Order: sequence, then C-alpha cells, then structure tokens
Amino acid sequence: MDLHTFLIQLLNGVQYGLLLFLVSSGLTLLFGIMGIINVAHGSFYMVGAYLAWSLAGMLDSFWLALPAGIALMVLIGLLLEASLIKRLYDRDHLHQVLLTYGLILMFEETRSLLWGDDVHGLQIPQLLSASFPLTETLSYPVYRLWISAVCLGVAALMVWVIQKTRLGMMIRAGAANREMVESLGIDIRLVFRVVFAAGIALAGLAGMIAAPVSAIFPGMGNQVLIVCFVVVVIGGIGSVSGALVAALLIGFIDTFGKVFLPDYSGMLVYLLMAVILVWRPEGLFRQRAA
Amino acid sequence: MSKARPGLLLLALFALVALPALTGKFYVELVAKIMIMAVFAMSLDLLVGVTGLVSLGHAAFFGLSGYMLVLAAPDKYAAVSLWTSLPLAVAASALLALVIGALALRTRGVYFIMVTLAFSQMVYFVFHDTRVAGGSDGTYLYTKPQTNIGSWATFDLANSTHFYYAMLVLLILSLAFLRILLASRFGHALRGIRSNEQRMRALGFNTYAYKLAAFTIAGAIAGLAGYFSAVQFGFVNPEMLSWHQSANVLLMVILGGMGNLIGAIVGAFALVLTQDLFSSLTKHWLLLMGGFVIAAVMLLPHGLTGGGLAWRNRLRGARGG
Repeated sequence: MDLHTFLIQLLNGVQYGLLLFLVSSGLTLLFGIMGIINVAHGSFYMVGAYLAWSLAGMLDSFWLALPAGIALMVLIGLLLEASLIKRLYDRDHLHQVLLTYGLILMFEETRSLLWGDDVHGLQIPQLLSASFPLTETLSYPVYRLWISAVCLGVAALMVWVIQKTRLGMMIRAGAANREMVESLGIDIRLVFRVVFAAGIALAGLAGMIAAPVSAIFPGMGNQVLIVCFVVVVIGGIGSVSGALVAALLIGFIDTFGKVFLPDYSGMLVYLLMAVILVWRPEGLFRQRAA
Repeated sequence: MSKARPGLLLLALFALVALPALTGKFYVELVAKIMIMAVFAMSLDLLVGVTGLVSLGHAAFFGLSGYMLVLAAPDKYAAVSLWTSLPLAVAASALLALVIGALALRTRGVYFIMVTLAFSQMVYFVFHDTRVAGGSDGTYLYTKPQTNIGSWATFDLANSTHFYYAMLVLLILSLAFLRILLASRFGHALRGIRSNEQRMRALGFNTYAYKLAAFTIAGAIAGLAGYFSAVQFGFVNPEMLSWHQSANVLLMVILGGMGNLIGAIVGAFALVLTQDLFSSLTKHWLLLMGGFVIAAVMLLPHGLTGGGLAWRNRLRGARGG
C-alpha cells in the first residue's frame, strides 16, 4: 500500500467513523439521559436516507431537501415521544426493546408502502461534486470531506449545547437527578422530548448526508444499528466522547480490515468488542453518574 | 409467578394429543412448528423470566444447531442419523453459548442486551458472508435424519404425524426438564439472582458461574429447537439466526408471560397464530404486526398468563368487597 492509497483509506475511515458517531451519539444520549434503549434508532437513519432521496427529487435540490428532511425528522421524533416513548421511562429495558422493535416493523413496512423495496442512489450535489487530485490516477471526492466536516461541526455544537447552555445544564442535571430537577420547577418531560427529537434528527441527518455516497436500501437501518450498539458498548453508555473515540476506532478497523483482510472484515468489529469486554467490561469512557 | 392450573394444562395436553385425528396436514404441521418455537421460547424464558437476563441474541444458538445438521451430512442427499447429529448440533450450540455467555456476562443490564445482539450478529455474518453453507441464500437439506436404532425402525421424521408427536414429546420433556431444574437448588439460586444479585453474592454464591450455566443450558435447548426446525423445513438460511428471530422469540416470552414456562408456550401459540392471521390478510402484514407488538407491550406488560392473573385477582378482590 503506497502513501496515497493509505491516505485515501485513512480519510474514508475517518468519514465512516464520524458518520457512525452521528448515529451512535443519539443512541448513547437517549440512554444516558433518559434511560431509554432504542432499537429503532437505525430505522431513523434509513428514514433519513429515503427522505433525502425522495425530497431531493421533489424539491429538485439536495440543499432544500436537507433542512426539510431534518424538520420532518424532528416532527417524527416529537410525535413519537409524545405518543409512545414517554410511557417507557418507567418501564424496564425489556419493554423498551420490544416496543421499539415494533416501531422498526412499522417503519420498514411504511417505507415499503411509500417508497417500495428497491435500491436507490442519490447524486452528489453539484456544488460538492469535485475531487481533490492526489496523483495522476487517484483523487479524493470533496463530498466525503464535507461529510466529515458536517459531523465534526455537529459534534462541536453538541458539546457546546451540553456543556455551555442553559438547556445543556437542565439535560445534565436531569440525567443526574430527575426528581431534584423537577422540584426546582423545570419541566423535565419537555427536556426529554427535546432530547429525543434531537437524537432522532441526528440519526436522520446521518442518513441524509450518507445517502449520496452509499446505496439507499431497505436493510440499511439494521446494519447501522448493530454497529452503533458496538460503538456504544465500546465507548461506554452515556458518554459522548466515548462514542466519538469508539466510532473512529471502528471506522478505521472496518476500513483497513476491508483492505487487508477482506474475507473477515465483517467480524473484526465484533472481535474488537470481545477484546474490550475482556479488558474493560464497562467500556472505555463509562460515566458513573448516568 | 402464576400457579399453573393442572386441569387447564391437562385439557390443553389432551387437545394437542387429539389434534392430528381431528384436523388435516396443514394444522398438524403448523402446530408442530409452534411446539418447536415453544421449546425455543421456554429456553429463553429460563434467561429472561427466571434469571433476569434479557438476551437479544438467542437465535444464534437456534440457528447454529440447524446449520450443524446440514454440515453434519457428508453431502446434502445423504441421510445422517438423528442419534449422532442431534447431540452434535446441541453440543455446538451449548459451546457457542458458553463462549458468548462468558464474554457477555461480564456486563449487565442494557449492555448485556446490546452485547448479546452484537455477538449473535457476528455469527449471522459468519454464515451470511462466507460460503460455509450457501452464504446468504442458505442451503437445502434433501433428506430427513434417520431414526433407526440398529435395525429397528422407530419413527419417520418425514411423516408429518410422526413428526408432530415427536415434537409433542420434545415439548413435554423440555417442560419437565426445566420444571425440575427450577425446583432444584440451582433454579432457586437463579431466581435469587433475578431478585437481588448482590445479596446472592453476599450469601457466597458465585453468581457469574450460575448465570453462565443458565446461559449455556438455554443455548443447548434453543439448539434442540433449531435442529428440529431445520428438519421440519428441510432448509437453513442466515435468517434463522438473525436478530429478528431473537426479537421474535423474546416477544413470545413476554406475550405469554415471563418466568413460568407455560407462558412461553402460550406466547409461542399466540404469536405464531397472530402472524399467520395477519400474513393471510395483507402483503404488508408487518405493519399490523408492529402495531400488535406495541399494543401488547403497552396493554399486557405481564403477558397473557400474568395479565389473566392480575385480572382474576381484581375480580376476586371486588367480590370479596
């Protein structure tokens, strides 16, 4: 492997890892803050990708489809929280798993009714369709760099909201001691609703920006979900920084695994999880408070 | 835990014994399939309902055993002996459960759910991505296993009535085995772990070893069910060990009511029959199924057997004034 190929794989690893982070950060926040395990999280990634494809066709612009799609995802998140998820806060994990599994079935069938079962592709928007030339034959698409930049931007925004704003303070306090926060007159239900909708929107956003570089297909949500569970287990539940490190780690291992051990690359991620479980069963960045 | 009423159980047993005489091949095969799923669900109930371990990867042991049956045959037209291939398949499932359990039981709660799911998905990818047994397409098993003991022809697995009664015996034996297990010191220790693991440790129990033993036994029984599922359909594919299968069996356990084994059987009947009904109504039956699952979790958190109990108690309370 020469230097340029290595560089390309490295950038691919970073891009895949950051995308995984976007999905898993929502998953880990839902658990860390609200105590909810959401197995339908991958479905929101899938819905995001299909929305991007369908809206881009309707509005004739990827750049209009993006905000419209995010708005729809937030709406879906708010409606779901208000109708079903809020009833799960006091239930045990078993019920949460099964109810959100029921949601997966509904989302998959709704997707099949609305958009069919075909594999689709979405064109890379004109503005970012260029490539950086590396050598005479090798180049790197600008769009993939843009994905990484968006993910990093969202990560920074998330850290800022959680650490520096009043909402973030309520979120952190709510995770640590719900009753105390409520007795101070803060509507924790509203905070939870916002967090849930934000988590859903993050997964949807990941699906939307990934759509132009990956195929849009029915099983895409489940594929991402399982890898994100591995990210959360390795990073430590409830830890956003843990999710970032774990997602990048998995991004590299998966990308380079496909190059060096193509026959076994599907299993490498799980082997990594096994090693981490033996070494640090609580994950790399377990937050004790949550 | 609900007390199983012997009268009702006897009636159900009588109905199951009489069924092949009363209906045609379709229902005999359907109920045989349900009884296999019931054994699978009971094995999961040992983990979820009795020990308090929510596993979302139980299909790995079910599916592996089915694959072992196919792999045990030297070629796909040769019949293997039931008496050698079944122990082999069950042992493989038990071994896999031992390995996955040893790792997954280092975690608890929501981690355990995710880790069991991830490891079972790894097994799924082994069969999906490699050409071990047909890859993603799966593979056929053209001949049912031989059941002869020496030169004595016992029963014929290709005959659907024979197969039905074999599965009824399997169901009763599995239920009896698990009942005896639960009544033993081991079973009481598992229930103790579910209600308070800290206390059990303080009492000197090596709870990790107990949980690992339960996980391995559950894996072996799931393997038993998976083996016969492969025999019945003459076909294995990666879907057999997919996490949808794991979620399905978990649904059976909660739908029927956890922790009393009978609930798992009731749940298997309720879920498979519901799926059958929905899929006969529309092509998009999974939409109905999703709604059914959500409604079941919301309205019947303790399952059909547990819910009935609560309802009976309420009636009794109202009558007693």
